[in-house]
Amino acid sequence: MQRDGKDLRIPVILSVPMQILPLWPVSAALDLLARSLLRAHPEILRRIDKYQNHHFVLDITDLPFILQLDPARAGLRAFRRGAAPAGDARIAGTFAAFLAMLHGVEDGDTLYFSGALQIEGDTSAVLALRNALDDAELDLSAEIASALPALSAPLRAALAPLERLTGLHLRRPAQEVY
Amino acid sequence: MDLTVAPNPFFWNADTVRSFYSTLACAPVARVVLGELVCSKRLPFWQGEIPQAIDNLQAGGKQVALTSLALITLKRERKQMAELPGLGLPVEVNDLSALHHIAPGVPFWVGPMVNVYNESTLRWLVRRGATRVCLPPELPMRSVAILANIAQGEGVALEVWGHGRLPLAISGRCYHARLHDRAKDSCQFVCDTDPDGRDVDTLDGQRFLVVNGVQTLSQAYACMADHVGQLREMGVAALRLQPQSVGFAAICADYARLLADEICADRLADNLRAAHPQMQLCDGFGRGQAGASWRGRAAPA
Amino acid sequence: MELVCPAGTPAALRAAVDAGAHCVYCGFADDTNARNFPGLNFSRAELDSAVDYAHARGAKVLVAINTFPTAGNEGLWRSAVADAEAAGADAVILADPGLLAHAAEHHPDLRRHLSVQAAAANPDAINFYASAFGVRRVVLPRVLSVDEIAAINREIDVETEVFVFGGLCVMAEGRCSLSSYATGRSPNMNGVCSPPEHVDYSQEGGDSVARLGGFTIHRTHKGAAAPYPTLCKGCFTSEDKTGHVFEDAVSLDASALVPRLVNAGVTALKIEGRQRSRAYVAQIVRAFRAVTDALDAGRAPPALALARLSEGQAATTGAYAKTWR
Repeated sequence: MQRDGKDLRIPVILSVPMQILPLWPVSAALDLLARSLLRAHPEILRRIDKYQNHHFVLDITDLPFILQLDPARAGLRAFRRGAAPAGDARIAGTFAAFLAMLHGVEDGDTLYFSGALQIEGDTSAVLALRNALDDAELDLSAEIASALPALSAPLRAALAPLERLTGLHLRRPAQEVY
Repeated sequence: MDLTVAPNPFFWNADTVRSFYSTLACAPVARVVLGELVCSKRLPFWQGEIPQAIDNLQAGGKQVALTSLALITLKRERKQMAELPGLGLPVEVNDLSALHHIAPGVPFWVGPMVNVYNESTLRWLVRRGATRVCLPPELPMRSVAILANIAQGEGVALEVWGHGRLPLAISGRCYHARLHDRAKDSCQFVCDTDPDGRDVDTLDGQRFLVVNGVQTLSQAYACMADHVGQLREMGVAALRLQPQSVGFAAICADYARLLADEICADRLADNLRAAHPQMQLCDGFGRGQAGASWRGRAAPA
Repeated sequence: MELVCPAGTPAALRAAVDAGAHCVYCGFADDTNARNFPGLNFSRAELDSAVDYAHARGAKVLVAINTFPTAGNEGLWRSAVADAEAAGADAVILADPGLLAHAAEHHPDLRRHLSVQAAAANPDAINFYASAFGVRRVVLPRVLSVDEIAAINREIDVETEVFVFGGLCVMAEGRCSLSSYATGRSPNMNGVCSPPEHVDYSQEGGDSVARLGGFTIHRTHKGAAAPYPTLCKGCFTSEDKTGHVFEDAVSLDASALVPRLVNAGVTALKIEGRQRSRAYVAQIVRAFRAVTDALDAGRAPPALALARLSEGQAATTGAYAKTWR
């Protein structure tokens, strides 16, 4: 059995410097990532179906900024905490919990029942997004590598020690560990 | 269109049963379905009243049928069911397993606890011998219209739930016993203290459901008064009224006057409210809305 | 002993097969199946590939078409049966008598299972469905004790399948309009109980409140998340009592009862959860496969530690223990 997603947090030593970074390069990189990811996995939009035009707020609680996903326009933007627009639905939790769900290491409902993830707003839209992402079997590091090839090599080099340091699954386990 | 009285789903003592059915013998209803619908453990307490009730009702010109249980699981219950068709009255099937005991071609009625949602199922039941079918209360009018059309073609009488707390669910578990911290097998018949079911409200005080042993019903009383004209045009044969412990004779009389166009739906609803100040009404299922809503408005908070 | 496992998406189906499912059940993305939630279920093309994937690995695929066709729209349900057969499904799981009659007449070679939504709770009901529609297997409703299941199996000729893990209906399945009463969407007609579009979470004076169709189902103090407002697991007031009138926020875990269920003559063990993720499916399937493998080999089955995955993270053996009633 895996460790609970909620127990893992991005160490302060990493998250503090992020607070003083300018947001526009982050948003630009995220936008590229979302565009590439949705192009590579068209079934995600099909499953999100009538909720494509919803705005999803992804509040990764140990990051200094909040993400907003706009599936229909393949938009993913970062906002400073306090400056984020309200969306139709909001999912909040640690980076570890989000990654565990995305990578199929943890079950979304289990994370929700245990309080590691919280949801607000349009529950249907959250379910549609959760189910669509679960079906897509994403590997975030592979998606980053293909969306941002320039970042790929340094990213891979940086991720290995980060994964060891934080216990975060930045890649989908090759042999899924259940 | 005429009126059918549903089996009483609640647990009343023998005296109450006796006086209820002797009064009903004079009520302006065409037929009455008798018997224990909800819990076989209750039957010994009042089954002695059934023969006299049948006599009284038939003497009053009513057609009488006997209901099956809504959920048959125990050996004793299967045995009772097996004996039902031999009693010389039509059987109303409220659990499809009753059909195992009714020979093909022998006529029977179908009650609202059987899932008749579509044309094929209705036709199939008619081929099997159904002569009268009361549709599940959750059907919207657009479904009723289609099924009424089929029913007319097949020569079978179709009924629609007209009045009373809606039967919403049936369970293996007894909620009355659970509320008294007892198991079903040692319930000590506590459901007899609530002649119209025991209220279940939300934590915010919204009136919501009632429990009645293993059955759960709506706390609001369905009232299909607004739909009567529509149902008549569709060719629906009868409205079904469910017994309640207070004022039932007057309720039957008012629905009979409504069918005879002697009073309008508003007047019927006003009369209900005047006689039963606590009674909440609902008719959402017919409109394809939440069943709890009344005339298109959500249940009050 | 056959393990029948849930799949809400093609990814979950592959996860179930890879984790050792003998059999996977799934449904189409419309009103025809009882887990009609947003983002879930299969297109026709996805079912075709899923059947190929499962068959290549020796697993079967069952297609649940287990809601009740609505008047005027039977074509949707009939085409679902035809498409399941065309995809090569090993059986369809049906509940409606009219649809069963249609399938028996027009798809005689397609194996028919009786869904739990038909709530066939005694031998008479089962024998009736078997003789009237040629049903080969019955999924038993969750209102029966183990002894009652054994007694049923002595009186019938068809296979029985029972739930061993996952969400628990406390009402007789297919005969419950509670959710429809609160929301207007019917489990029987629309395939969704406590539908998410009628769910509202809010914060009120330090409480987390979850409502369904405007009715308060849970109210918890700050800090605790209000659970999903599944109506029959809600907290209500009845006279002087406040609590879970129908059922606590628990789910079924009958893993410890599997040997007794085998002795009771059960053919297949069913895991609920088409609305859960592929991670959940894989974990539960792997755990239960270890149990069936041990039993097949004549060994004592391992005790499972699955409570963390349960709704409310607490488990019950439900009606299998007679005291539950």
